[in-house]
Amino acid sequence: MNFFNFANIRRGKDSSDRVGQFMLVSYIILFLLFLVLPLGALISKSLENKDGDFIGLANYNLYLQEPALFQSLYNSLFVAISSTIIVVVLAFLFSYALTRTCMPFKGFFKLIALIPLLSPSILAAIALVYWFGNQGVLKEMLLGKSIYGPIGIIMASVYWTFPHALIILTTSLSLSDSRLYEAAEVLKTSKLRAFFTITIPGARYGIISTAFVIFTQVFTDFGVPKVIGGNYNVLATDIYKEVVGMQNFQMGAVISMVLLVPAMIAFFIDRYSRKKQISLLTSRSVVFKPKKHFKVDMIMLAFCSLLALIIILMIGMAQYGAIVKFWPYNLNFTLKNYNFEVAGLGWDSFYNSVRLAFYTAIFGTIIIFVGSYLIEKLRINDGMRNLVQFFALMPMAVPGLVLGLAYIFFFNAKDNPLNFIYATMIILVVNTIVHFYTVSHLTAVTALKQMDKEFESVSLSLKIPIYKMFWRVTLPVCLPPIFDISIYLFVNAMTTVSGVIFLYSYDTTLASVSAIHLDEQGEVAKAAAMAMLIVYVSVAVRLTHTIITKKVLRKTQAWRYNIIDTKLD
Amino acid sequence: MTESSDDSYLKVKNLSKSFGSFEAIKNISINIKEGEFVCFLGPSGCGKTTLLRCIAGLEIQSAGLVFQKNKDISNLPPSNRDFGIVFQSYALFPNLSVFSNIAYGLINNKWKREDIKKRVGELLSLVNLTEHSSKYPSQLSGGEQQRVALARALATSPGLLLLDEPLSALDAKVRVFLRKQIRDLQRKLGVTTIMVTHDQEEAQTMADRIFVMKDGEIIQSGTPNEIYTKANSPFIASFIGSMNFIPAVVSNSDKVQCNNVELSCNTVNFKQNDSVQIAIRPEDIQIKKENPDDNILPATIKEIEFLGSFQRVYFESKNLTGDLIMVDIPSSNARKTKLNINQEIDLYFSKEDVRVYPV
Ligand SMILES: Nc1ncnc2c1ncn2[C@@H]1O[C@H](COP(=O)(O)OP(=O)(O)OP(=O)(O)O)[C@@H](O)[C@H]1O
Ligand SMILES: [Mg+2]
Repeated sequence: MNFFNFANIRRGKDSSDRVGQFMLVSYIILFLLFLVLPLGALISKSLENKDGDFIGLANYNLYLQEPALFQSLYNSLFVAISSTIIVVVLAFLFSYALTRTCMPFKGFFKLIALIPLLSPSILAAIALVYWFGNQGVLKEMLLGKSIYGPIGIIMASVYWTFPHALIILTTSLSLSDSRLYEAAEVLKTSKLRAFFTITIPGARYGIISTAFVIFTQVFTDFGVPKVIGGNYNVLATDIYKEVVGMQNFQMGAVISMVLLVPAMIAFFIDRYSRKKQISLLTSRSVVFKPKKHFKVDMIMLAFCSLLALIIILMIGMAQYGAIVKFWPYNLNFTLKNYNFEVAGLGWDSFYNSVRLAFYTAIFGTIIIFVGSYLIEKLRINDGMRNLVQFFALMPMAVPGLVLGLAYIFFFNAKDNPLNFIYATMIILVVNTIVHFYTVSHLTAVTALKQMDKEFESVSLSLKIPIYKMFWRVTLPVCLPPIFDISIYLFVNAMTTVSGVIFLYSYDTTLASVSAIHLDEQGEVAKAAAMAMLIVYVSVAVRLTHTIITKKVLRKTQAWRYNIIDTKLD
Repeated sequence: MTESSDDSYLKVKNLSKSFGSFEAIKNISINIKEGEFVCFLGPSGCGKTTLLRCIAGLEIQSAGLVFQKNKDISNLPPSNRDFGIVFQSYALFPNLSVFSNIAYGLINNKWKREDIKKRVGELLSLVNLTEHSSKYPSQLSGGEQQRVALARALATSPGLLLLDEPLSALDAKVRVFLRKQIRDLQRKLGVTTIMVTHDQEEAQTMADRIFVMKDGEIIQSGTPNEIYTKANSPFIASFIGSMNFIPAVVSNSDKVQCNNVELSCNTVNFKQNDSVQIAIRPEDIQIKKENPDDNILPATIKEIEFLGSFQRVYFESKNLTGDLIMVDIPSSNARKTKLNINQEIDLYFSKEDVRVYPV
């Protein structure tokens, strides 16, 4: 990458250039402070002893000689790979049904399939405890095996990662050229052969991409193994134990590095395959329109109904558990589980979560959208723009737990002038924005790429500073994706566990973290209630979003709907 | 390089632009007079857009200077230069009405509301869009969008108008109509205009002066007529209009030998036995003798294309190898003469219409 590019002509700067340059420098500094330097602190911590002296790779050596810790790596890989295989198969069939068949009720199924996005991952674990736990309704179905362990982790992981896989695969399957199928039909190719020679290869990159995304999510997830893992240790729970339980920060840092490396590799393979995917469809392709096929449609209907039923049963059980008096002995309804006072917690953690989600959504959306605009539309400082682009993609490769730990090492250091943000709401907001930066950034970039690349040139020729044009044209035109980004950030801030588990303080406890602690204390019903509170808010926000999109956007986006603007500017 | 006269409005001196190691513009110098309409004409990728963007300041040149009204603007950012620009894609703001699009540049210049209304009204009638003022760009046809973009660029009365393939996204009929409209508008306002195009017909019909570009260099400049009749290279001769090329060898002063026919033409710049190619435009070849000293070439009709007002007839000559010879015959003549495939006919062309280029 060419970071510094000097032209031998020195160009005078106008106000747009100066503002742009100032902003780019600010972004670089922010990324250094809140991403690069903390990760540096994490790496250097893994190379130190308890007194802070440099000891090279000694900690890593220690790690390799500890069979219990090594076992966790194996366990992590096992549950991650198993979950990935199951999710990819289920999500592929589901998205195939949605995109390639004439199955009825597609809208309904799509809606149900996205439900897991609205809850923290631990909700699935809690629901499984109710279904299959020691006092579970369906305990016998496990044939004497315990749900606390790999079975539970895999089942819960499949549940909460399913919609993520579905989104990628649906996109990938809908990008297909119907001409290929017509050609196959003309050549008298059987449906099955067409499936294996056209559909699967066409979706290949989508499948690869999905596999790596899901692998990383399960591999680095903390909530689920914490709640339902029992004695089955994985890397994420090991880090937590080393850091919170034994105060062994050095070993926590080492395990974080072990967690980071596969996540990074998965990230790069995913990026690579996504690039390939885009080039598959040309502008001459004809979008595929499925044809009716009674048998296939009905088989798919049965399959999707089964998955939808499971999803409803999971979230339904969590809700049921939250409102019965004393599972399984007294099944009368009550709201007492929503009184967290008795557990010494109160509703504060819930309010904190809502605050965190609001701040993250508002500041995150602004920062991310402006950042992607600088990268995408400025014509100056190629080097700095490339650097910011690189930083913007980095967070995707960094697991939340690792980022959280890195923040402790960096911001808790006594001599760090930013030490004051430690244990405040600020650090939670910053961490959450950084943690979810990449996906939002890519959404913004996609939206900006669709805008005419000459808008900025036109503005300059008309002597309008670029920031005015940004305000008057770019922002209004990009309002729908901007809303999408803010919703994404809001819901993720409500549900995240791994990013913030190390960073909350007595004053800034969060709902998702409290649910874990309630579960730890045996208050499963209250944990379920707390997790459900998160679901309520997420649903409410989603609904509001839909209404806003329908009503408010109709006004500002009149040009999209061909309504003639009668008032002159 | 000759020193430019001071009446030139825009002067480009030794301008170069590289993208990495690729040189898109190589040491270009041009002068444009006030009120002139010039075209940059050349095949795709020859650097026309890049040159235009360097003049606008949207692209930073690697070397060279740009003067506007004798003021060095080489290092000024685009917002400090005086120009209006229309892009191939028009780049109309989709969320603003036609009125607001045109008023866009006025608002920043602290114009009064009333004045803006009046000015936009003027521009709308100038481009015949008065009744579309409250529509959004997506509700307009391509040609209408194009005119909105033009009005927007002209709103602030810039001294220089830059047009990057403004008509290439339109269908043929609209294109011909807008050619004239843009040209008339430009004359009326007297604004110095540079248009980029790869359509030679467009350049021929619109420009006062054409700069023909190839591989980042200007290889010829002149009025449309000069370029057409005195093309200084076979490349231009074939790029602008159609041209027959015939390989030949200089046999004598003012004589060349093509296989076994001898043709007379002007060979001032060549020595005996030089290998050359001679070029004749299809419309310069006749099927009737008009002048006693015309060259004569016996040939056979191989193909006839009806192109409306004239017919293009392809001939094969026993005496020549290579491509068929194209001859344009006005349809009225052709009807009278009754041409048939495989008919043998003598072709005539005058010495003056034969151009000679080195191989
Ligand atoms: N930003 C850039 N980076 C690298 N190369 C570029 C860039 N812009 C243009 N070029 C190259 O410079 C050359 C000239 O480009 P330019 O856009 O000026 O061509 P053009 O004459 O306008 O062609 P067309 O008629 O196709 O628009 C091309 O070979 C192009 O690939
Ligand atoms: Mg161009």
